[in-house]
Amino acid sequence: MEASVLFFLTSGLFLGWALGANDAASVFGTAVTTRMIRFSTATVLCSVFVILGAVSGGGGAAETLGRLGAVDALAGSFMAALAAGFSVYLMNRCGLPVSATQAIVGGIIGWNLFTGTPTDSRVLLKILATWAICPLLAAVFSAGLYLATRWAVSIFKPHLLRLDAYTRVGLVLAGAFGSYSLGANNIANVMGVFVPATPFHALELGGWFSFSGTQQLFLLGSIAIAVGVVTYSGRVMSTVGKGIFPLSPISAWVVVVSHSLVLFLFSSQGLERFLVAQGLPTIPLVPVSSTQAVVGAVLGIALLQGRHNIRWRVLGKIGVGWMMTPILAGLICFIGLFFLQNVFDQPVQRAGVHRAAAIFAPPPGRPAMDWKIPPRPGHRPGMAARIAPRP
Amino acid sequence: MEFLKSLSLFGRTRSLEGKVDAFLDRLSQSALIFKLAIKTYLGEGADPAFEEKLRQVNDLESQADALRRAIETELYSNTLIPESRGDVLGLLENLDSIHNLMEGALWSFSIETPAIPPEHGTAYLELVEMVTLCVEALVLASRSFFRDPARVNDNLHKVMFHEKEADKVSTRLKRAIFASPSELSQKSHLRHFVELIDNVADRAEDVADRLAIYTIKQKV
Repeated sequence: MEASVLFFLTSGLFLGWALGANDAASVFGTAVTTRMIRFSTATVLCSVFVILGAVSGGGGAAETLGRLGAVDALAGSFMAALAAGFSVYLMNRCGLPVSATQAIVGGIIGWNLFTGTPTDSRVLLKILATWAICPLLAAVFSAGLYLATRWAVSIFKPHLLRLDAYTRVGLVLAGAFGSYSLGANNIANVMGVFVPATPFHALELGGWFSFSGTQQLFLLGSIAIAVGVVTYSGRVMSTVGKGIFPLSPISAWVVVVSHSLVLFLFSSQGLERFLVAQGLPTIPLVPVSSTQAVVGAVLGIALLQGRHNIRWRVLGKIGVGWMMTPILAGLICFIGLFFLQNVFDQPVQRAGVHRAAAIFAPPPGRPAMDWKIPPRPGHRPGMAARIAPRP
Repeated sequence: MEFLKSLSLFGRTRSLEGKVDAFLDRLSQSALIFKLAIKTYLGEGADPAFEEKLRQVNDLESQADALRRAIETELYSNTLIPESRGDVLGLLENLDSIHNLMEGALWSFSIETPAIPPEHGTAYLELVEMVTLCVEALVLASRSFFRDPARVNDNLHKVMFHEKEADKVSTRLKRAIFASPSELSQKSHLRHFVELIDNVADRAEDVADRLAIYTIKQKV
């Protein structure tokens, strides 16, 4: 594999790291802040199950993202992922739980705008609709599950200490399920843009084990997510777990389960096959935001318990973060692609006229402007020349 | 790893539940023996039967102390009920203080041997009966706190009722003591013992107030 390929993949790994620090924090945030599960345990569990989910069930959501905009050149994928990762990182610095999904969609649309590739409005609408449905669905699930749990506790009357033990086991199981669902659903955000331009070839071991190029990509991305979880997820965990609404351990469990169910619904190919077999309408396999699901779930419980304890200010900041993220990512991607193509001379699209070039095209009859910066006399070849693919 | 640890938690949890129940049993038994001890004292004075009951309360208090410490250590070393362990320990320590008050009152009877005139005997008995009912209701409320928080208030209401009754009896008794023709020193001595017994009910009421707050915090 060429060094340039590895270099381009680093932006995906950076986005993976940002997603791990941000979205994955959402899974165990409530469990860690209620001190039911130690941070170290949460990070190990989350990492393992994110990798499992990404490698074994990450295909469905990646397909939908691929249809939104098939970023077909590695340099383009690099910039889309870098823009998304950087946007998430910036929001993380403010302690805001934003969505890596929104960031990568923003990045892809930035690439579409730059290259003049039409954005599939049906797919875009589908994705936008899930952004609204995801927190709503999580809120409905959490409110229902909360009422059911409260009823069960009042009927079975477990001892306070035993209830604590049940809650811990429940949090571990739900967290593992949530991490698996997160890996399956959100790996598309991290590595989805690299799928059309994957540099990996399928591996066959003795005819009984095959590891496709996409799966190898997903493994790499999920390891990056795991690194993000371990190194930088503490701050967002605190915002999710305590910032919006003070949660009891049982409410924390309800939040984790609701979030996991929502992510599972939007990523399970098995469920889709089952629904098709039963002749029922299917749920779109779309990468949804883990953070939105958790925030929706917390809000569901908060509204049920009365609105007086909700910190609307924090919620408002999160909402602004959600709106800013795709716009920021799209803008960074557009500007970054411009530099990548014209300064570093990297092809950001496999074929076709670049929209930016078309926008700045000269009037008919006048010579075209060369957007490349001419090398100075005695100038050594820069990064663009060094990493450019050989003819 | 954490999952297996959680499964092993169930064994430890069961043992800890047993310790909490045992602690509450000790307090309830002490209250009953406290009542019998005062009854014995009013009938026979500080005779061996009274001293035996004092020894029993003393032993129960020591056992309750040991249980409380064991519960405290296990709760913190295994980071159990992180959100409410402070409340649980506060509750156990406050309940233990009631134990100490009963034990202290019996020691005072044993050491100071107050001469209680027969005409005040019934009122003393009535007072100790109310105090015991108060502690019993508090123990029931505490058990509910661990198993069925929705029922805590039913028992707390009884604590408040019996405490008020104990106050009425103690006020009536003090008036009767100071209306009697005895020496002022004896009146003061008798009043001191009324207060020693009544303090148990007052303390139970304070603990009940705290328990009400703990229960509100305990919501799912």
